[in-house]
Amino acid sequence: MSWLFEPGWWANGTVRTALLVGFVVAVVSAIVGVFTVLRGQSFAGHALTDVATAGGAGAFLVGLAPLAGFIGGGVAGAGAMDAIGVQRVKGRDIATGVVLGAAMGLAALFLFLAARDSSATGTTQLILFGSIFTVGPSTLAQVSWLSAGVLVALAAIARPLLLSSLSVELAVARGVRVRWVGLVFMILLAVAVGMSAIVIGAILSTALLIGPPASALRVARRFAVGVVLAVVLGVVATWLGVLFAYDSYYWFPSHRGLPVSFFVVAVVLVEYVIASVVHRAAPSPSVAAGWS
Amino acid sequence: MTSQLHEASQPLLEVRGATVNIDGRDILRDVNFSINHGEFTGLIGSNGAGKTTLFRVILGLQRQVTGSVLVHGEPITRANRSIGYVPQKVLFDPDLPIRARDLVALGADGHRYGLSRRPRALHAAVDEMLDAVDAGSFADRRVGGLSGGEQQRVLVAHALISRPELLLLDEPLANLDPGSVEEIIALLHRVSQRQRVAILLSAHEMNPLLPVMDRVVYVANGHVASGTTDEVVRPSVLSALYGHHVDVLRVHGRVLVVATALPVGPAPSDQHPEFVVE
Repeated sequence: MSWLFEPGWWANGTVRTALLVGFVVAVVSAIVGVFTVLRGQSFAGHALTDVATAGGAGAFLVGLAPLAGFIGGGVAGAGAMDAIGVQRVKGRDIATGVVLGAAMGLAALFLFLAARDSSATGTTQLILFGSIFTVGPSTLAQVSWLSAGVLVALAAIARPLLLSSLSVELAVARGVRVRWVGLVFMILLAVAVGMSAIVIGAILSTALLIGPPASALRVARRFAVGVVLAVVLGVVATWLGVLFAYDSYYWFPSHRGLPVSFFVVAVVLVEYVIASVVHRAAPSPSVAAGWS
Repeated sequence: MTSQLHEASQPLLEVRGATVNIDGRDILRDVNFSINHGEFTGLIGSNGAGKTTLFRVILGLQRQVTGSVLVHGEPITRANRSIGYVPQKVLFDPDLPIRARDLVALGADGHRYGLSRRPRALHAAVDEMLDAVDAGSFADRRVGGLSGGEQQRVLVAHALISRPELLLLDEPLANLDPGSVEEIIALLHRVSQRQRVAILLSAHEMNPLLPVMDRVVYVANGHVASGTTDEVVRPSVLSALYGHHVDVLRVHGRVLVVATALPVGPAPSDQHPEFVVE
């Protein structure tokens, strides 16, 4: 196995922390992502990462912890999108687009100011593409607590959320407060993408949010199986991404490693292609029956 | 409140003088009708006549309603457990990993917060409801992969699992082929008798319902006429409803409602179509 694990992999504390935080973030992203895909809110999820970027850059500019900025920005964005009308299908694209545009503008400004005023030239790089190897134990603890909170809240609203994702009319007739459940979910989504921005960067956190659930839902026949599969695919992608990024340091004579985010997204894409091929090759009984 | 006698004398649902006014326009005006226990009622009217609005009124979801809507003599509340609802045009993505039985189970606990384990009794009830609508054979298939008629049956099971006394179905026959239409109607009739549930089913075409309908609620122009088919589907009643003269023709057991041909004389006005409904 030494060809796979380059020297120092097992003894490296940074690597261990990266794997742990990557695990936590991948699990939360996958579970939240399953509902995001089911509700057709992938675009909203992406827009929230852009708002998180603005938040993270702003936090960096004023000397706050980036994590707080990422999450604060995301939650504010979720609130803004709800206020503009993300709940109505017709207004959804518009609300998302308006918030996304505003957030990108702010992010551009903050990143420009941070790059101009700060001696640390890597800020833009750090915020947009992630910094999993710079995560400290304190951030790991914060991310773990936040993740636990997101998962508990999501479990609490899981059934009403699932029913209203299947059909708003059915949910309303059952007495589900559809709007309220939708808003809580948007906030959970914002926290989830804020955390994954830490790992693979704001630009690419959509890939971790949407990719594994999309692959899982292609092949799973039961919802619970889909959730478990999404978690497995997300964790595998994140861990392989960290491993390849670590190894890539030894691939070139110059000893310049490639970024984690690139490898995570590459694995996510490969997983999706495999899931699509499996889906085509062995259609589920329901699909087969639909043809007959 | 001595039960049996009380139940027999009091209608299950009573709509009295209900008016829905949205943005200054009356969608429904002074609507009066009632539904008794176990009855099969057809809610007949053309597209846009206000059938879905009337369902929303009964479900307690419609705002700007005046008049009264009573269930068991009590004003309606939102999410009333004694009313089940099958909405119009529910489209499920074929890729959705939700089996028919999962959707039926959500009819029982989809409104509940928390992830408590589903009791064994619930699984038994799901099987019972799937059997009641002849959906046992595709219980484990994805809902999105089922045909329109099969999805309708699963949605009926979803609505029935909370043991409602009144089942509302919004245009369940739309987009079904004639064979499936007859199948669904026969099935609903059987369900209403075996599960002892009253049915209010909306449709723009009343003929397929004639063999099973106890009563008809006819909607046109925002007004409603109700009673047995013979009481309502008559030239005098429907002419008053439409605001101009219509004839009712009975041909080979079918009922045709047609606008009276225009009188010979002055140039025909654009406001009078030659044929109105059905």
